[in-house]
Amino acid sequence: MMADSEPEEIAVIGNVDLTSAELKNNITNTMVEIEKSSTLLRKMEINVAEAEKRTGKNAVNMQETYSVYLIETRPVDAVTEGITPAAPDTLWRRYSEFELLRNYLLVTYPFVVVAPLPEKRAEIVWHKLSADNMDPDFVERRRVGLENFLHRVASHPVLCNDKIFYMFLTEEKEWKEMVYDTGFQAKADSRLKAMNAAFRVKNPDKRFIELRHYSDELQTVVSQLLRVRARVADRLYGVYKVHGNYGRVFSEWSALEKEMGDGLQSAGHHMDAYAASIDDILEEEEHYADQLKEYLHYTDALRAVCRKHELTQFELEMAAQDLAAKKQQKEELATGTVRIFSLKGMTSKLFGQETAEQREAKIQALEKQIEEGEETIKDKNKESDDFVKTAWLDIERFKEQKDRDLKEALISYAIMQISMCKKGIQVWTNAKECFNKM
Amino acid sequence: MSGTIGEPTGPPTQANAMAADISGQMLDLDEDEDLEVFSKKASLTDGSAFEFEEEDDSDCKDIFVTVDNPESHITAVETFITYRVLTKTTRSEFDSPEYEVRRRYQDFDWLRGKLEEAHPMLIVHPLPEKFVVKGMVERFNGDFIETRRKALHKFLNRIADHPILSCSEDFKVFLSAQVWELTSYKKQGPGFLSRMGETVRAVANSVRGVKNRPEEFAAIQMYVEAFSNKITNLDKVTQRIVKEQKEYMEELKEYAPSYTLWSGSEEELVGPLKGVASCIERCCKETEEQVNQLSDTLVPSLHEYALCSETLKAVLRRRDNIQAEFEAKNEALATRKVDQDALKEDIGKLEDRMELANSALKVDWSRWQRCMRGDLKTAFVSTAQKNVDYYEKCLAVWETFLVSQRTEGCEDADPDQLS
Repeated sequence: MMADSEPEEIAVIGNVDLTSAELKNNITNTMVEIEKSSTLLRKMEINVAEAEKRTGKNAVNMQETYSVYLIETRPVDAVTEGITPAAPDTLWRRYSEFELLRNYLLVTYPFVVVAPLPEKRAEIVWHKLSADNMDPDFVERRRVGLENFLHRVASHPVLCNDKIFYMFLTEEKEWKEMVYDTGFQAKADSRLKAMNAAFRVKNPDKRFIELRHYSDELQTVVSQLLRVRARVADRLYGVYKVHGNYGRVFSEWSALEKEMGDGLQSAGHHMDAYAASIDDILEEEEHYADQLKEYLHYTDALRAVCRKHELTQFELEMAAQDLAAKKQQKEELATGTVRIFSLKGMTSKLFGQETAEQREAKIQALEKQIEEGEETIKDKNKESDDFVKTAWLDIERFKEQKDRDLKEALISYAIMQISMCKKGIQVWTNAKECFNKM
Repeated sequence: MSGTIGEPTGPPTQANAMAADISGQMLDLDEDEDLEVFSKKASLTDGSAFEFEEEDDSDCKDIFVTVDNPESHITAVETFITYRVLTKTTRSEFDSPEYEVRRRYQDFDWLRGKLEEAHPMLIVHPLPEKFVVKGMVERFNGDFIETRRKALHKFLNRIADHPILSCSEDFKVFLSAQVWELTSYKKQGPGFLSRMGETVRAVANSVRGVKNRPEEFAAIQMYVEAFSNKITNLDKVTQRIVKEQKEYMEELKEYAPSYTLWSGSEEELVGPLKGVASCIERCCKETEEQVNQLSDTLVPSLHEYALCSETLKAVLRRRDNIQAEFEAKNEALATRKVDQDALKEDIGKLEDRMELANSALKVDWSRWQRCMRGDLKTAFVSTAQKNVDYYEKCLAVWETFLVSQRTEGCEDADPDQLS
């Protein structure tokens, strides 16, 4: 990606190390790799099996209650027909450890769209669903979400090979230290730096600009959809539950009647069943909502990749600018002309010219800097190019995954609606039969 | 009259389970133009809503009444609605086989009052006047007028179906008299003061109370109390369901567009997203129809029977009054030495009156119960059917969507396995 500068002065061209043929070869190889799916998930079964409550002292020595999750791992070939599989290896992790892992991955692989974690707190829920973090249903849904996260990472062609990830699954006690030892926190880009770059970068790759727009749009539309869905669920709950009153009153009324009694009584039971059925229906729908939420949260990862690109590009542009300035200075010193106003130029005019020796020394220093600068540009160019290539590969992978997953989610939603309709048909057909006996 | 083939059954109604051979004969009757038979087709002139009431008596129905064609009338003093009342009958008491008159609400109210007056022991159903649907302030709102029209139609048909009430002179006049004829007819009859006298006596008697209410009337009293309570509750529950359904619909109206909005940002997913949006829209429309069914059929029916309780209680009170008067006179006979003979004669008359009243009420009570069972059963059955239809339609919508997604070459589980 070309930095904006005068073309005859600086050569900031594409990657000079690899020929175009080699480049193409690299991309092909990685794609094959993805197709082969020789990822960790193929070799290892990973489950987040249980959740438990623990209490302990936290950093400020206060009692706290938290949930821990049991991770089970087992080599895939251990599970073969007829032979009882070996017991899985297990360890316990709490949510904050998952967060730590994810942060590590984000910093270490900035070109990867890293899968999101399930919500820390229940958001966008319909009112009957508890927003309490300790609520068993919430904990259960979080367990599923954490398992999903691990599967995503374990099936990612690049992330699955990470040692720290592997240790997360296998090394309970020592793991935290290992993560900190990588020093990843130091490598993290400061938020401020990233924001600054975002404002001042001149020529980011258009595709990343589009991607950023897309992720903003996706976030908006999916949030809105989830909010409305929650309200719809609320209302539907109300409709079904009111029918429970039919059950009660029919039962009372049937006690008054002779001929109608039986019909009414059994109709009442069906009304109760109808009212009760909404709980399972909405519980299932919550899984659908969670699938959408995952992609809502993915937008953060997308934006993170865009930010990294902007930062890399910005640094490249800054380096090019710097190099240009130095070359300028050298030229001025060499020719003795001041083309552009500079403080040095002014002071030398005011306080007299430097000696020839001084000037020569300065020119030498600048030449050295220019040489270094050109190396830096080469490196930054390569960095930027590599980043764009690898990031874009992963973005394509992500897009395909997203289209696949969301299509499946929509289909499963349709299946849920169908199931709900079938139940409704059954209940009301039965009720009708009972009414006919009235 | 009817042909020589088989039984002279009345027009086929939905609820009557007909033996196969009879229905076969019915078909023959229809095709034979020489025979003057009563069938659904004969009585319709303009094909307007000729609603068939479920008839508990399988006798020949010889009088058909419809209420339709509401029209607005604007005078200097007021604005009101009249309804067309169309009658077709073979009854000899009527001079003509067909009548078409226009009536306004007050006329119906008048009729009801007269019927109650003439037959204090019979259960005359209430008018829709009290069907004040919450939120409907507009008297001239189209829905309100239609609801009322249906209720007035039902009201007249109940009377037409009643073996005693349908023979009432007031009913005949109502159906046949021109507007000015009706007005002058109304002015006749017992004056205001004599009616007041009756009321005063009735109140006095009710204060005295009944000492030995017969077991069966005591049972009816208790039933009416409890029944009234249950029906009122069902009415409330149903209205609550309507309210919840409407709110559900409002949310659905926002839900579908959010999928469409999303599809604007996507490429591969446009198809499925728009598909889901369209399914939700269709289901929303079906929900609207379902709500309308509740409002049009179940709510009016329940509401009518909730109001009926007042009528029932009034009839029971009137019966009680007669008995109270009888008991009072008997007591007087025992305690006071005043004119024993005259008193005995009075008591004799009262006793007859009481016995007549009791038997009339008993018969009509049993008739009323049958009607009630039939009406409420029909209302609930049709509601259940509508709900089945609703779910079946929604099912079809989603299944079509699913098929469309599958044929685009998708794998996945069989929906039947998941239900």
